[in-house]
Amino acid sequence: MRVNFTVNGRPQEADDVWEGESLLYVLRERLGLPGSKNACEQGECGSCTVRLDGVPVCSCLVAAGQAEGRDVVTVEGLADHARRRACGTAPGTSLDAARAWQPRGTGQDADAELAPVQQAFIDAGAVQCGFCTPGLLVAADELLEHRPNPTDADIREALSGNLCRCTGYEKIMDAVRLAAARQGEGA
Amino acid sequence: MDFLRPASWEEALAAKAEHPTAVPIAGGTDVMVEINFDHCRPEYLLDLTRIGDLYEWEVGDESVRLGASVPYTRIMERLRGELPGLALASHTVASPQIRNRGGVGGNLGTASPAGDAHPALLAAGAEVEAESVRGTRRIPIDDFYTGVKRNALAPDELIRAVHVTKADGPQQYAKVGTRNAMVIAVCAFGLALHPRTRSVRTGVGSAAPTPVRARTAEEFLAAALDEGGFWENGKVITPSVVKQFADLCAGACNPIDDVRGTASYRRHAVGVLARRTLTWTWESYRGSRRLSEGAA
Repeated sequence: MRVNFTVNGRPQEADDVWEGESLLYVLRERLGLPGSKNACEQGECGSCTVRLDGVPVCSCLVAAGQAEGRDVVTVEGLADHARRRACGTAPGTSLDAARAWQPRGTGQDADAELAPVQQAFIDAGAVQCGFCTPGLLVAADELLEHRPNPTDADIREALSGNLCRCTGYEKIMDAVRLAAARQGEGA
Repeated sequence: MDFLRPASWEEALAAKAEHPTAVPIAGGTDVMVEINFDHCRPEYLLDLTRIGDLYEWEVGDESVRLGASVPYTRIMERLRGELPGLALASHTVASPQIRNRGGVGGNLGTASPAGDAHPALLAAGAEVEAESVRGTRRIPIDDFYTGVKRNALAPDELIRAVHVTKADGPQQYAKVGTRNAMVIAVCAFGLALHPRTRSVRTGVGSAAPTPVRARTAEEFLAAALDEGGFWENGKVITPSVVKQFADLCAGACNPIDDVRGTASYRRHAVGVLARRTLTWTWESYRGSRRLSEGAA
């Protein structure tokens, strides 16, 4: 079957989609967006977290057909999504741009291709092997969108569906606190 | 596999009548796991996410009509006052991502003994609104669970809503697992005090082939509270009564040994949860009595 939906602000079309396929598979294998990670395939680890109509979900548990006509934001579109939130408009992220994406953010570049939460993860050293990072970023970004001044308990709760197996979560907590603090300064 | 995408409830019922083996999918938090792991290959997937009614709820005089697909997140945020037990249970479901998708309809459809909503529904009192092209019926929650992952639905029926009795007293829910998030219950316990009818209802999860009520324990406690005039005098419940209640709740279990825990641990833990939830709810009842009567 064919699935038409919006991915990172741009209309996309996926063809030859098997009816039992997950949204995660469509994103990774049909659209070539490997940012959302495939680990547990049962909603345990959160590494495939995307926004579906604004709501964080495990894309491995969304049937491809359920995404028809919906709006999806993946980690590849997070910078664009943050820009849209801040400025009201953003151009969206094309598939080519998403595929060519490199983590170049340094904090100085006004056109940095990083969302503030991504920059904070880099600055706080919250990335180790990086596999859980995309899911954490999407979940953390959503938290900060709705709760600009989260308590530690809020952060733990919001990230409770995202597993990191490298280490503890302290640097990740630091990163979210940092992003929140910067967001507060900017406002 | 065919992906059926009804735009309305009527279309969904027609599709289910035409294809009784179709597997309904809403949040997908159970169904997609089965498909991802190749545990099931349904001929038809019946997507219910286009049907807006299923995401709505109505608060009535006696009960809340909860649409089958109202996500757990919404129950936690919006129905804590009316359905405190179910709201607490909802908060123990998996993770935010899962709670954003999953709902009580799916929990009932899957009918796993470990489903988090079941003990809360049993304790509060509920009816499942099941519908097919043949008509609508309301299945009392006590008759709904018929076996391990089996329920009273006919092959052509879909769950449209659950009518959950509004709380008339304190309710509690507790669950045992290895951590707070992402836990399938080792066992779970729901307790609801019903001061209006001077009764107590329970729900036990993950400790028998189906979710069950601990009826003997309920009857014992109701009689003991009545006899001691506890509902009126609001005194602390006699420890021996609490212990007997906990023992009877443990006795209502018929658990198995599995990867999550042994049968004897489950039985023990259900007793502990019963004692704790009774203490919490009773303290809360005493507190509200003091407030309403203005005593110090």
